[in-house]
Amino acid sequence: MKLINLLKIAYRSLSKNKLRVLLTMLGIIIGVASVIAMLAIGQGSKENIQTSMASLGINSVMIYPGSTNQGGVRMGAGSYSTLTLKDVDAINSKCDYITDVSPVVSKSSQVIAGNQNWHTNVVGGLNQYFKIRDLTVSVGSSFSATDEHTAAKVCVIGQTVSTNLFGENANPVGKFIRINSIPFKVVGLLAVKGQNTFGQDQDDIIIAPFSTVMKRMLSTLYLNSILASAKSENDIDNAKSQISTIIRIQHKLTPADQDDFTVRSQADIAKTFESISNVMTILLACIASISLLVGGIGIMNIMLVSVTERTREIGIRMAVGAKSRDVLFQFIIESIFISVLGGLIGIVLGILIAFLVSYFGKWPVVITGTSILLSFLFSSVVGIFFGWYPAKKASNLNPIDALRFE
Amino acid sequence: MDIDNNLICVKDLVKTYKMGDMQVFALRNVTLNIEKGAFVAIMGPSGSGKSTFMNVIGCLDYPTSGEYYIDNENVFKLNKDRLAELRNKKIGFIFQSFNILARTSAIENVELPMLYNSGIDTKERKERALAALKSVGLAERAFHMPNQLSGGQQQRVAIARSLVNNPLVIMADEPTGNLDTRSSYEIMEIFQKLNDKGITIVMVTHEMDIAQFARTNILFRDGKIVSNSEVIDRKIATDEIKNLPILDVNEVLT
Ligand SMILES: Nc1ncnc2c1ncn2[C@@H]1O[C@H](COP(=O)(O)OP(=O)(O)OP(=O)(O)O)[C@@H](O)[C@H]1O
Ligand SMILES: [Mg+2]
Repeated sequence: MKLINLLKIAYRSLSKNKLRVLLTMLGIIIGVASVIAMLAIGQGSKENIQTSMASLGINSVMIYPGSTNQGGVRMGAGSYSTLTLKDVDAINSKCDYITDVSPVVSKSSQVIAGNQNWHTNVVGGLNQYFKIRDLTVSVGSSFSATDEHTAAKVCVIGQTVSTNLFGENANPVGKFIRINSIPFKVVGLLAVKGQNTFGQDQDDIIIAPFSTVMKRMLSTLYLNSILASAKSENDIDNAKSQISTIIRIQHKLTPADQDDFTVRSQADIAKTFESISNVMTILLACIASISLLVGGIGIMNIMLVSVTERTREIGIRMAVGAKSRDVLFQFIIESIFISVLGGLIGIVLGILIAFLVSYFGKWPVVITGTSILLSFLFSSVVGIFFGWYPAKKASNLNPIDALRFE
Repeated sequence: MDIDNNLICVKDLVKTYKMGDMQVFALRNVTLNIEKGAFVAIMGPSGSGKSTFMNVIGCLDYPTSGEYYIDNENVFKLNKDRLAELRNKKIGFIFQSFNILARTSAIENVELPMLYNSGIDTKERKERALAALKSVGLAERAFHMPNQLSGGQQQRVAIARSLVNNPLVIMADEPTGNLDTRSSYEIMEIFQKLNDKGITIVMVTHEMDIAQFARTNILFRDGKIVSNSEVIDRKIATDEIKNLPILDVNEVLT
């Protein structure tokens, strides 16, 4: 049997049954496309979490007042007033595993520049705050130690604040703004960071020297939080436990007392989110597998439904001299064609859907080779198997039984 | 068994079907020799085993027991692939229900046996398919689909398909069963021409007048051959067609 003849036979058969070919392909297309699109969305959100976590400064350690695991009425971390500058000094002098530490205070404030006004969070921190949070100043500079000492009315602003007060692409450095009626000089503009994992705009912020915010804007001795950064990733856990010990001593807590503060690392939060997004990826993979399965059943159905007609066709072919392997070869070529073409269209469609989602839904997507390979292989195997199997059965019949098949 | 002069030698052919506990005997020890160049019409009541016999000698079905030689080949000793080659090269089979591929043009249907015959290239295949269609008077319908053809025309496509690989024998199971008299006679005309060229023809028919076109008539009853006789007063299709009354439309309307 000449290969060219078998190819011709398969081609003729395909071109004569366009509807059947199309329906079978549709099952494969939908299966492959949905798997690729869904896994792209899942993977995208996962990687988004990872990168935005890293952008917060992966080695940073945060200390909040109040405990998260107190019994009875539970108040969120941060709603207590237990941390003071003394704690910062203690950590600074006694903790071996950190490089930088900064107290943090903040106040939600009204900001005015000219006839524009904006509401944002004003954070007071030391110069180290920038380092710990991995913030860089793109225009101008951050404030100096002298500014800290003199409680200078200077600040560094985020891009969102700048845009809202001074307009797009304006250079805010050297201009004056009024925060709660106090005039501040803008000395720097932060590099754009975008949204964080929680969807917060990280560029909607004003940072001023700690002493300025503490003395001029707040009348309190207590801190919102303390921010520190561990020497390296491996020191995070040591830093956390040592900080706990230091503050417990500092707060004169007996062993029976619970912590009146919470120490958390960026890595802890990242881990939590990673596990959440892992669950999401698994969920999406489940949905995708189901759609692949449904697609597979679709392929199977259309293949099996056409078996009556095709068994008679096989009978006719065998009656005029086709061998079993000729028939099988024809059916395998047909199903390979359908599966591969359907699979390829599915891949293109899946990628397209993923891009549309990322474009219109502003949702990050990452298309992985695994998802493409997996869905393509699965649908091909299903398609080829259900093309081959009924043909295998029919070609083992006597021609007359195939012709009589009902 | 006298193999030498005979194209087809069948000995003690038995075919039973199991229907639950019951055994249905479709063929009971059928023995028959058919010479090269014969034109045999097989007749008999419904259920007497004619189709079963045809399917077995057409290599489409296996018997329960018996021996069968075609062109000196011991058919039941051949493997499936050799059997397929036999069907392809030596036998042309025609069915009552045509059995041509749907949505496939006449010429592509006729090309089909040649696609499974590796000795024929594309050019020769097209030429031979067209010649076969021409010989059954369908040259100008070559590119029509089966659903655009009448029953008689579809059967002629099937005939063209059966003879395109130059078989030794054409086997036809009630080839005119679904056709009117004129179409039937036209088919007989083709058969007689093929037979005159030396092709052996074995056909099953229910109609006495169709059997009269053959040279020999065989009668089946209860899975056995009960008579085997020469046709006296054999009819010639070309003449019979001329004698058919021409339906005059005006005559019918008035
Ligand atoms: N697939 C089958 N299963 C069971 N019994 C069968 C089968 N095919 C045929 N038979 C039986 O075998 C016997 C012979 O059938 P066959 O089709 O050969 O008859 P026939 O002479 O061709 O009849 P007809 O003139 O009606 O076509 C019948 O009794 C029939 O019922
Ligand atoms: Mg019959």
